[in-house]
Amino acid sequence: MSSYHLDHLQYLETEAIHIMREVAAEFERPVLLFSGGKDSICLLRLAEKAFRPSDLPMPFLNVETGHEFPELIEFRDRRAKELGAKLIVRTVDQAIADGTAMPAPGEISRNKLQIPVLLGAIEEFRFDCAIGGARRDEEKARAKERFFSFRDGFGQWDPKNQRPEIWNLYNARVNPGENMRVFPLSNWTEMDVWEYIKQEKLEVPNIYFSHTRECFRRGGQWLPVPTPHADASRPDPYEGARPRPNEKRATMVVRVRTIADMISTGMIESPATSVDDIIGEVSAARVTERGTRADDKASEAAMEDRKKAGYF
Amino acid sequence: MPANHPIELLRFNTCGSVDDGKSTLIGRLLYDSKNLMEDQLEALERSADITGGGQINLANLTDGLRAEREQGITIDVAYRYFATPRRKFIVADTPGHVQYTRNMVTGASTANLSIVLVDARQGVIEQSRRHTYIASLLRIPHLVIAVNKMDLVDWSHERFLEIRDDFGSFLPRLDMKDVKFIPMSALNGDNVVDPSKHTPWYVGPTLLGHLEDVHIASDWNLSGFRLPVQWVNRPNTPRDPALHDFRGLSGQIAGGIVKVGQKVMVLPSGLKSTVKEIWTYSGKLQEAFCPQSVTLVLADDLDISRGDMVVGLDSMPGVGTDLHARVAWMHPRPLQRGKKYLLKHTTQTVQSVVTALENRIDIHTYEPQPEPAELAMNDIGEIRLKVAKPLVFDGYATNRLTGSFVLIEPGTNATVAAGMLQPPLEAVKPEYNDFAI
Repeated sequence: MSSYHLDHLQYLETEAIHIMREVAAEFERPVLLFSGGKDSICLLRLAEKAFRPSDLPMPFLNVETGHEFPELIEFRDRRAKELGAKLIVRTVDQAIADGTAMPAPGEISRNKLQIPVLLGAIEEFRFDCAIGGARRDEEKARAKERFFSFRDGFGQWDPKNQRPEIWNLYNARVNPGENMRVFPLSNWTEMDVWEYIKQEKLEVPNIYFSHTRECFRRGGQWLPVPTPHADASRPDPYEGARPRPNEKRATMVVRVRTIADMISTGMIESPATSVDDIIGEVSAARVTERGTRADDKASEAAMEDRKKAGYF
Repeated sequence: MPANHPIELLRFNTCGSVDDGKSTLIGRLLYDSKNLMEDQLEALERSADITGGGQINLANLTDGLRAEREQGITIDVAYRYFATPRRKFIVADTPGHVQYTRNMVTGASTANLSIVLVDARQGVIEQSRRHTYIASLLRIPHLVIAVNKMDLVDWSHERFLEIRDDFGSFLPRLDMKDVKFIPMSALNGDNVVDPSKHTPWYVGPTLLGHLEDVHIASDWNLSGFRLPVQWVNRPNTPRDPALHDFRGLSGQIAGGIVKVGQKVMVLPSGLKSTVKEIWTYSGKLQEAFCPQSVTLVLADDLDISRGDMVVGLDSMPGVGTDLHARVAWMHPRPLQRGKKYLLKHTTQTVQSVVTALENRIDIHTYEPQPEPAELAMNDIGEIRLKVAKPLVFDGYATNRLTGSFVLIEPGTNATVAAGMLQPPLEAVKPEYNDFAI
């Protein structure tokens, strides 16, 4: 093999860096969606590779459901500080208090409620572009999405009317009020992400590694038992997401494979304590990553419906 | 496979007419190469019970949108990923119906290889000619003609040869260097991953065998150095005082190789300088090559901005405002003479006006029809454009990245055309800067 040849990770990296720089050059007010999860951790390294030695030319944004793993929040805040980036946090709780997000009666998951919060933040800061860590291999509707995914004035994705995306020439033009979602990791697989984390020696939140945790069984998954509700003067944010008497509880050695929030992330039993262990596990895995996400199981078109409404 | 052997990435797309079995073929590739997960299989089986009368439908793996599953068609490019111990693969499943040809251009423009599916019963149809033509127009380095549904013609060697001869009547006009014909049945898995026992007369590789073996290391242009400046890297508040005067030219190398100490020219200004550093986050490099993303530091502090191009002196591109190109038109509003569009080429977007429509290609005969009144959606033709600012470019046949552009309709911002530039009539002379300054 000639020395003037890129291996697959180098190829995916140069493609993603090119996209990051296109965003910085073409948009006036871009933002990077950083949750602290493994995909957005890769995005941060790619941003460093694209823009150093300059400062990262965009702030970070995270939309909290209010059900986050505390480990993730700690990690998110620390990484933003280490990179010298401005971190903007907007919450579903605040949006509910303001009346801009309305929970459906009986629905515990706040996944869909992130949509108005995200759109609200885009409007508040007049962001014209949001970089996200979504990958096409995650889900069937994502598999059809462009790198530069256009959103109309309502934040909606129209899958039947996407702009053709040819060579590496990305049409980044938007009119006022419209915005673009850009996904530099579109072509990455779960395995590529972990191999990149290994290659770049990237730190990940410790909940990706095996630890002891109290879980309960619901909907065919092991969900984490939320911390007890201490402040009786306020409603319990985990109302409905706590184990019922008839649900089996167990203290187990588990880790997360993909992170949503505490009430929609299934824990997997795993002894993996290192990135190498995880790579071994992913290569032997017999279910997809999203198979542990309760939010995608609602229907075959669950993701498609959320994306059309303006989801990440 | 020896440990630590670098894994290559091969990008391919599948195209064919409706019901040629593209989605089934991709499903079969994933299924037989053990790249499907249990929950995907379960979802398949669930949908088989509801819509498929109990038959597992491999096409459901790629037809991701609700409308597609309901209508049993593919309406947009779907990307799939799978791996074998030898290579990783990115698959673009591109729709076959005539109105979605623009998606085929989208799916195929970055491909190393195109698979054109043909139904063995029907043989060559208009779509086969169109897809083969687009593959050649986009100069996709490798082509596979998958003669599918061979089980429905009783695995007839004669029928296979007939189809191959039909392609032979027009392939020589298309300048395709590497074409492979493979008889198969995607539905039953013959010659997709596993060799078929029904084709003793076929001595070539299976489809997956070919995808793993085909030589792709030469698919990038490594001959003339080109760096379209994408983003000027100037730290405002560097933590390291040594970076106070840092001025880097960030971009993805679009052709050739660059070395520290090499003389370069910046176009269109024509100013010359020397490469002082090749800066990357992971450390400085002595040399870099296409398609790496790097940051160049030049020895001289020149006025350079996004859209300029840094080139090697040994192989000069063209510079000009009059362009001659082939375009694939992708919008319901037709292209007409005198219309104005934004033209995005490498890292710059400029105003352009269509000055002439030279011809439209007849997709049946491949004959150019001179001076058409317009190019409609899915038409391919040759046009002339005038741009408001000189472009630095190569012919598309020389370099896919510096020879391509897209047209954008002002106002709606719709991407309306993919363009492939003809070679420049005259290259820049290396002594160009003598009169440019």
